[in-house]
Amino acid sequence: MSVELIGYGCFFLTMALTYAIMCLGLNVQWGQTGLFNVGIAGFVAIGAYVSALLTTPDTANRFGGFDMPILVGWLGGALAAAVIAFLIGALTIRLRSDYLAIATFGVAVTVQLCALNLERITGGPFGIGFIPRPFASLAGDPLLFSLFNLGVLIVVITLLYIALERLVRSPWGRVLRAIREDETAALALGKSAVKFRLQAFAIGGGIMGLAGAVQAHFIGFIAPENYLPMLTFQVWAMLIVGGSGNNRGAILGAVLVWGLWAASAGAVAGLFPPGQQARAASLQIVMIGVALCAILLLRPRGILGEEKVVSRHLGKLSSALRVDAKPATPKQ
Amino acid sequence: MNPQALMDGLITGSMIGLGAIGVTLTYSILRFANFAHGEFISWGAYFALAVSSALGYLSGGLLTPIGPFSFGWSLPISAVVAVALTGGLALVVDALLFGRLRAQRGTVIIMVMASFGAALTLRSLLEFIFTSKPAYYSKALQIALPLGGGLRATPDQMLSLGLAVVLVVAVHLLLTRTAIGRSMRAVSENQQLSGVVGIDVRKVVRTVWVLGAGLACVAGVMAGLLVQIRPYMGFDLLLPLFAAAILGGIGSVPGAMLAGLIVGLAEAFAVQLVGAEWRAAVAFVILVLVLLVRPQGLFGRPE
Repeated sequence: MSVELIGYGCFFLTMALTYAIMCLGLNVQWGQTGLFNVGIAGFVAIGAYVSALLTTPDTANRFGGFDMPILVGWLGGALAAAVIAFLIGALTIRLRSDYLAIATFGVAVTVQLCALNLERITGGPFGIGFIPRPFASLAGDPLLFSLFNLGVLIVVITLLYIALERLVRSPWGRVLRAIREDETAALALGKSAVKFRLQAFAIGGGIMGLAGAVQAHFIGFIAPENYLPMLTFQVWAMLIVGGSGNNRGAILGAVLVWGLWAASAGAVAGLFPPGQQARAASLQIVMIGVALCAILLLRPRGILGEEKVVSRHLGKLSSALRVDAKPATPKQ
Repeated sequence: MNPQALMDGLITGSMIGLGAIGVTLTYSILRFANFAHGEFISWGAYFALAVSSALGYLSGGLLTPIGPFSFGWSLPISAVVAVALTGGLALVVDALLFGRLRAQRGTVIIMVMASFGAALTLRSLLEFIFTSKPAYYSKALQIALPLGGGLRATPDQMLSLGLAVVLVVAVHLLLTRTAIGRSMRAVSENQQLSGVVGIDVRKVVRTVWVLGAGLACVAGVMAGLLVQIRPYMGFDLLLPLFAAAILGGIGSVPGAMLAGLIVGLAEAFAVQLVGAEWRAAVAFVILVLVLLVRPQGLFGRPE
């Protein structure tokens, strides 16, 4: 019993953490830079498919299967998604902000279409199976196997978190914030807004691709229906709930929203007769949609919210100022 | 090349055009890309379905086909009711969501995100109420009549095309010749300034929603009559709608209609060349080409 419980806990957390990677990628694009991506599912799918193609063994009726190490697949998936993000960004970032949203929406639709129709490469509607899983030699012991998989995810998340936190606090991250808050002032300081935005968009896209690749290797099977617009929506809900602009918020939001999602899926399975379950599942989406809109209206900051000051230099300065400012508060 | 593609393209194109007029109006006057606009198409079609089945239940005579068409009087009546209901739905969504965000002075992109949330909510509600099984207004079959030059069309298709032309002319006249049309164009130029000179901005916003949602509803009823009614029908049209609105130039009603026809025709001819499974990618290719070559669209002004 307790072994099963731990096993399920590991499975749940591993899934939640794959979403947390997507959330971290979105946080670079939206939280730090203010770029709206409606095609998350597309970038995740690119990462998943590229990694699957690189690492699966050679298959007779399908292009590829290059049988490469898993790590190569992950990096390849991230790189492919970053390149596509760069191209779409180069096309639209100069234009009005919602043109990017429309273009990324188009990417998601087109990637979905390619996954369905390019059967020689993607396996069509049946997808790609037998994707090698990390620690496959341990599969005989389910508990150890899921613990190790969770360990891999925790390592990936930790590395990514440290890297992103350093990035946010670096001069590069501070320029991104400056551009988001006041583009004219940033331009006056000689920072090219288009260039910085494009870099951030490509990095975010690459992280989403990595998330797709990691998730594909954790599940071992991918199909076009894993990458419907619903996925985009879930990731957005995660980031908004956790607090955009905050990397810890992104991870927290992913675990929370995935937990809510899994719990409500359980409730639907338990409460409704089998014939009505497909119908009731749409209520789940309604619930998440209403929650997203409500948070946008009532608490746009999310649970954790954004850290106002990320520069260590400014941190010292502002605390010094606060000490000075206190006695000066005028009495009413 | 099959000349019938021309007819198919014109019909899909007129549906896309009617929807794109709503997108372009919301975009130019309320200043955000409304991802929930496709849902007005689906809700319009289902509103009409619900009302026409209710009418048919009350009086079977309303279901007997009128002249050469496949539907009885229940459909035109319910289409009018559905236009009103869809307009009402748009006002409710605005009151609950977009209006509040405007009052909070939310950024453009928050509005876009909220519309994305609203779209998923509305679509899943439809799926919950009507299930995802396709539905039809009428089971009657129609014979396509030859029009000459190898073209064939059913009476329903001819009627839909005619209706689309009438509606576009009417909307164009409304925007250029009436007081409310002039107010709408003024608000799209400069909202603060038009408020200062005494234009009722809130009335303009309401008009935009009702007009856009009403046209979307007509497009939905047309799509339901000529193809089928599904909860995803509006979502599938969303990318073509945006492609048409941007190709036509944001804010231009004739541009949106013309671009809708271009997108529809391009889809129909591309399907002949590369196969029907790639239909949805055509709008994306057009979108990318427009953004590359002429981001302001055919009739738009550069920013």
